[in-house]
Amino acid sequence: MDTKQLYTLIIFSENTVGLLNQITVIFTRRQLNIETLSVSPSAISGIHKFTITTFAERDMIEKVVKQIDKRVDILKAYYNTDEDLVHQEIALYKVSTALFMKMEGVEELIRKYNAGVLEMNEDCLVIEKSGHYRETQALFEELRRSIGVLQFIRSGRIAITKSKVEPLSDMLSSMEEKINMKQ
Amino acid sequence: MDKNLITGSEALLRTLVAEGVDTVFGYPGGQVIPLYDCLYGYGDRLKHILVRHEQGAVHAAQGYARVSGKTGVVIVTSGPGATNTVTGIADAMMDSTPVVIISGQVPSPLLGSDAFQEIDVIGITQPVTKWAYQVRRPEEVAWAVSRAFYIASTGRPGPVVIDFAKDAQTGFTDYTYEKVDYIRSYRPAPKPDAERIAEAAALINASERPFALVGQGVILAGAESELKAFLEKADIPAATTMLGLSAMPSGYRLNKGLLGMHGNMGPNRKTNDCDVLIAIGMRFDDRVTGNLKEYARQAKVIHFDIDLSEIGKNVPVDVPLAGDVKETLPAVARLLNTAERKVWIDSFGADETEEYEKVIAKEVYPEGSRPLQMGEVVRKVSDAAGGDAVLVTDVGQNQMMAVRYFRHSLTRSVVTSGGLGTMGFGLPAAIGAKEGAPGRTVCLFAGDGGIQMTIQELGSVMQEKLDIKIIVLNNNCLGMVRQWQELFFDKRYSSTTMVNPDFAAIAAAYGIRNRNVSKREDLDAAIAEMFNVTGAYMLVAEVETHGMVYPMVPAGSPIINILTGE
Ligand SMILES: Cc1ncc(C[n+]2csc(CCOP(=O)(O)OP(=O)(O)O)c2C)c(N)n1
Repeated sequence: MDTKQLYTLIIFSENTVGLLNQITVIFTRRQLNIETLSVSPSAISGIHKFTITTFAERDMIEKVVKQIDKRVDILKAYYNTDEDLVHQEIALYKVSTALFMKMEGVEELIRKYNAGVLEMNEDCLVIEKSGHYRETQALFEELRRSIGVLQFIRSGRIAITKSKVEPLSDMLSSMEEKINMKQ
Repeated sequence: MDKNLITGSEALLRTLVAEGVDTVFGYPGGQVIPLYDCLYGYGDRLKHILVRHEQGAVHAAQGYARVSGKTGVVIVTSGPGATNTVTGIADAMMDSTPVVIISGQVPSPLLGSDAFQEIDVIGITQPVTKWAYQVRRPEEVAWAVSRAFYIASTGRPGPVVIDFAKDAQTGFTDYTYEKVDYIRSYRPAPKPDAERIAEAAALINASERPFALVGQGVILAGAESELKAFLEKADIPAATTMLGLSAMPSGYRLNKGLLGMHGNMGPNRKTNDCDVLIAIGMRFDDRVTGNLKEYARQAKVIHFDIDLSEIGKNVPVDVPLAGDVKETLPAVARLLNTAERKVWIDSFGADETEEYEKVIAKEVYPEGSRPLQMGEVVRKVSDAAGGDAVLVTDVGQNQMMAVRYFRHSLTRSVVTSGGLGTMGFGLPAAIGAKEGAPGRTVCLFAGDGGIQMTIQELGSVMQEKLDIKIIVLNNNCLGMVRQWQELFFDKRYSSTTMVNPDFAAIAAAYGIRNRNVSKREDLDAAIAEMFNVTGAYMLVAEVETHGMVYPMVPAGSPIINILTGE
């Protein structure tokens, strides 16, 4: 039997209204939870990119990706495991300025986690850290233990494949050939 | 004002005409009055069939599409008009039927404000459509509607919804029709892969007992003759899914019958006996496969399909053959060795004899003392109709009996609700089938339950003076559910008995000729009268209440676990 593991789906779509809904219903039907989700315009104008992570069996993820890919407004959907990807999440931590200032080894902590201070006023201060889930979580634990965290937020994963070309670029160039042929 | 400007409604109707539409099914209401107003002037180009309920409009459009191969078109109003179409849309999605549904919508400035009869049609229909799009400006009409037809009718066909805001119907726009035949994010048919084609041919050439499962994909692709050439070259026996039934004529030498839960014994058993299973434009529905764990484990599987997401979805596949079967079937056939497989083909004979003795004889030629049986009524109607008729069915025992015992010779001859199993499908689908194939005899079989789900469409039959032959197989119960209760629920007949109206009298109220038959000796004359009458006819056959559809593979059982009722 297949075991569940974390997959990252990368989906390129036209920028049409209601697309997220079209994608999420496919997850819902298969009772899959979306762990993280990030949507933004891609490098190609007019094309949006969704990055979605989910725990699933390989067989299941393959079927889900095919069903997403089939939707009319989806240009391309594919899935990767962590080995194929460079990926990051970004986390923001709000802590009390007074406590932070009093805390021992603050500078080492910030350096150790490769974090930065984004904003500071007399009441509170916002630390920023990007990294893998494990890393942003570790900083969270450490801050919570020592001075407490007033607010915490983590983004969805964003990811880029390690391979040289993005599959979409192949597809787009073949599409362009087609358009040129028509003209 | 610029003379070249036209309203969004006009743009929509011009596009319909340009797309080759001549018939639409619909029902007006507040948010489509402007469109209907415009339609008033299109009487010479667009025939509008006024249904009695919007669900009926979609089923009618489905019936029309299924017999004609053209895209069915529906126009309804917003809110309840649109929600009433949902069952039909879902049915079309499951059964890959090209329909375009145009629903009126409140004026765009009111969208999102819970305006009168505003409903989120896109949100509701997105999961059951191939594409759903809201048109908010008249300039979008030409593009969106042409795109809708392209999407609905190409690749694996399906329903498309165009939600048409009222101000886009009344607003003015420039108009030029531009046919859409390319969408960059949409590949209707994957390119066939030469390597896979060679692999498939090699598998079949090395096979001793190949067996083909034929689905509606063959009909949708118009690849009936390619299928025949493929099967004949390598002498491959085949069976069909319910939706694929008319891809081959009944009685054709290589047509071994129907697959699945109430299919023929031979095809189901041979699925687990063949060495190469060749699935062609079918999707291994659970009603076809039974328990997947014990399905065709011994066989290598080749799967021809236009929809990549179907390949490997339910059954692991050895050779995936993505593409349009109109291309892939001949491509594989070219590489096939001619073969003769008499022994293998004849081996279906034993199963046929067994099924005849245990099931068919009793159903079609019952002893004189028994009440009328569904199977005998179906076969007699089929014989009298001749081979060229279109069969339309509702859902339940009547459907299974109709598809088992009605014979056909032409393609696009069986219109039935497969994937969704929608009771109430039959009568409106028959209306659409008659519109789509006016020259053909249309026979509808329905149960007493299902006919009452859309019985109001007799009004449309009356108004359009449609010549459809309606056979109500009245067993005074929800037969198929009753059958499951008898077999699997200790005969606890929970809510399956029906107290019924006088169906013939209802037909009469609609001015439809009719006859009620309960005695075997009256059956032939009634059927003869039905076909002699020009115009609609309702034959109410009072059939056995405890009738059972056999053979039956219980849901979830291996496909070779076949009950015969013996
Ligand atoms: C809309 C809908 N509701 C319920 C069902 C479940 N169902 C399937 S067959 C059946 C019985 C149909 O009874 P009838 O129309 O009298 O036909 P029969 O089986 O007796 O031929 C029912 C209730 C269904 N398929 N569709």
